[in-house]
Amino acid sequence: MATTKRTVDVQLSTSGLDAQGRPQRVPLVTDESGNVMTLDTPPGIEPELAGDHMLINLGPQHPATHGVLRLVLELDGETVVRCIPHVGYLHCGFEKIGEYRQYNQIIPWTDREDYLNSPGNNVAFALGAERLFGIEITARCTVLRVMTCELSRIMSHLVWLGTTCIDMGAFTPFLWAFYQREAIYKLLEDWVGARLTTTITRVGGMAADVPDGWVDQLKHFVRTFPKTLSEIDQVVTRNAIWVGRTIGLGVMSPDEAINYGLSGPMLRASGVAYDVRRDFPYLDYETYDFDVPIGTSGDVYDRYLVRMEEMRQSIRILEQAIARLPDGPVNIDDHRVVLPPKSKATSDMESMIHHFKQVMEGPRPPVGECYVAVESPKGEKGYYMVSDGTSKPVRWRIRPPSFVNLSAIPKMVEGHLLSDVIAINASIDIVMGEIDR
Amino acid sequence: MGLSDHPLAQIVQGGEPWMTTRLDFLVNWSRANSLWPMPFGTACCAIEFMAAAANKYDLARFGMERMSFSPRQADVLICAGRVPFKLAPVLRRIWQQMMQPKWAISMGACASTGGMFDNYAVVQGIDTIMPVDVYVPGCPPRPEGLIYGIMLLQKKIMAERASDTSLRQEMEPDPKSQLYIPPTAIDELSEPFGNSVHQTRSGL
Amino acid sequence: MNSSAPFTPVIAGSAAAGSAPATPKNVSHRGGPESPTAGALRERFGAAVKRVDVVWGETTIVVDSRRLSEVVSWLHDEPAQRYDFLVDVTAVEFRDAELPIEVVWHVRSLPFRRFLRLKVLIEKGQKLEVPSVWATYKSADWLERECYDMFGITFAGHPDLRRILMWEQYREGYPLRKDFPLRGRFSRSEQLRQALSANPEARYSMDELSIAQAFEDLPDEMRRRLSEGEKTGE
Repeated sequence: MATTKRTVDVQLSTSGLDAQGRPQRVPLVTDESGNVMTLDTPPGIEPELAGDHMLINLGPQHPATHGVLRLVLELDGETVVRCIPHVGYLHCGFEKIGEYRQYNQIIPWTDREDYLNSPGNNVAFALGAERLFGIEITARCTVLRVMTCELSRIMSHLVWLGTTCIDMGAFTPFLWAFYQREAIYKLLEDWVGARLTTTITRVGGMAADVPDGWVDQLKHFVRTFPKTLSEIDQVVTRNAIWVGRTIGLGVMSPDEAINYGLSGPMLRASGVAYDVRRDFPYLDYETYDFDVPIGTSGDVYDRYLVRMEEMRQSIRILEQAIARLPDGPVNIDDHRVVLPPKSKATSDMESMIHHFKQVMEGPRPPVGECYVAVESPKGEKGYYMVSDGTSKPVRWRIRPPSFVNLSAIPKMVEGHLLSDVIAINASIDIVMGEIDR
Repeated sequence: MGLSDHPLAQIVQGGEPWMTTRLDFLVNWSRANSLWPMPFGTACCAIEFMAAAANKYDLARFGMERMSFSPRQADVLICAGRVPFKLAPVLRRIWQQMMQPKWAISMGACASTGGMFDNYAVVQGIDTIMPVDVYVPGCPPRPEGLIYGIMLLQKKIMAERASDTSLRQEMEPDPKSQLYIPPTAIDELSEPFGNSVHQTRSGL
Repeated sequence: MNSSAPFTPVIAGSAAAGSAPATPKNVSHRGGPESPTAGALRERFGAAVKRVDVVWGETTIVVDSRRLSEVVSWLHDEPAQRYDFLVDVTAVEFRDAELPIEVVWHVRSLPFRRFLRLKVLIEKGQKLEVPSVWATYKSADWLERECYDMFGITFAGHPDLRRILMWEQYREGYPLRKDFPLRGRFSRSEQLRQALSANPEARYSMDELSIAQAFEDLPDEMRRRLSEGEKTGE
């Protein structure tokens, strides 16, 4: 649409002169038919408004901060000049409590810190505890844990997707994503009875074996989930608003990303091919055929693409896991660590003693320490456990990926607009339970 | 001539004038069925709250799909999740910013009693810092549990009477200590109870 | 965003071509093979390397505190080591008060796919201070702040060492120390009182208040107290 610019002398009901007695001139823009259009002030007409910087407090109660995060922003107009994040509004003393609980009693705590990835956290802790105890799990348990981890990854990415879309104004993908989460909730509920905070593993095995028909349910989910993913893909990925709001935002170069300790999709979107499943494998991940998506520019859009692709790869891993699920026991046979079956505990003396010791005192690992890391949907999640030979750890340290990822936010938002802060914050995929512990 | 002189108001049923019972019903019915929640979601319960608001357990049927993140426009504060001491003044401030009539639902074990977090960092129940109407147990409560709690709140609202002025009183905390129940009551509410202490065999 | 330059992804493990990592099985408790870094460190730093342990397949190197910064920057810069990723900074205090407090760094070399644990032991009675590694790894910023918050260990050279998880005026102490009781030192009502009675206008740090010249907009009383040096809380 062509516009013609003309400068028109405005006849005002006032004298039309400014304070110095000079005539006032206001440029007007008209289209072809002569109708006046209002435009933004053309550049160069008004002097640079140099004003004070503004202090804006975002949070800790805010719909779009993904939990109780507080960001104090220094704004120059609408551009962020400085960002100071405050965390700790959800600090609940997890690590302190871990020193007063037996290893199996800590597993419910791992649910609650990264509550979007509860089953995955359970698996991570169990792996660390089993390394500390020096025990190897059964083949069936290994495959079941891979299924758990990947279902958990899909669950977490769906929440991320839903809430990020809501933050940017797209409400529908949130509903679609949560509907699929309900399908996963149903699977987990049929298995262990809980939807969200599952406590699905135990040291040496799982809480229970999968019930009959569960694998068929999982197969059904694996078949139907990609359709929802492509529906969301259709409405979001090439959406002009989405792309316009996410391209070029919050860029982290590969070297910066590594130095700032970023991990997970944040790091991979910046082009660094580090995935704990690939580089420091666990649960036989090296035997599964899957790709690790890597982004090119490290901006918010790339992180979105990486996470979408990760969900598809998770489905791929799930299909392989279903195909190779072996029969056999889920828990190991060592009754110093795993509770003996009730029938034996009530009849066999040795089993009764094992049962008693485990319930009263808990299984005791040898003196030592270990750090086991897994690839959680947020990044490198690790549990560092130090044992002094008693049934309660001396130190239980959670290496929180979101904590380290969030520490890079001041670097990422500087120079961007206020609404971009929300988009960048959403792209980090933080969960405050893990950050504050 | 006030409302109470009106002929209709002279009809007394069960001790209250018929007119005011109809008014009460109208007011309570409209309040109960359009509660705008202020989701003070902190942790895992917030995810189950989101699931309750999503399509399978739809909260829109209760008139609650309009989440009000501004406390000024909210009716019911749903505290979903654990509240550490650092967050306590924030919760208190949000509650004070809400305007009467307002109600509070404490969702989950952590908001109701501190839950499994009996340690230095967590408030042992938000009722030590703000008045609560309905407690929903669970860790996290199923969406059906939350909906049951909401229905209980609706029943509570329907039983309100405009003549009862104590309902809409704002509880003011003691200006020196900022506590609104006596310290001994807080300590008593916060004590570890039941066999939670013995389960861990360390007495802690 | 500049997409004109061709993009080369940084492939982790590229330098360790031919090594296909596998899930570790039947890892022995002690006596496993040392990481090659241990030998290289011994060679380069000699006496600064106090002890090397291999527990559950992970190499732990106890380093002299005074040379920690050198060791860490060497590990980061040396082409054959390239420990570019700082995983974690934390501390361990044992139940036996005679044992030293250990400050632990976990580092990874992404190109070589290696993992290393560095420790500094702080003997009983010594000052709780270690050098900061922030100059080498920016991720140490918040990790060290948290370690300070939970243990009271000062990291010399950290740009902004203040509490991160608890509020800045938290008076009960350092929570993860073993002499700190699980439920805190004060009674519940006292803890609530302290949490709720924080100066209501003082929700910004001095740093933040300087941002917007908000100082001028504060009430006089508040300004007077701040200028007298009263620290604001969270």
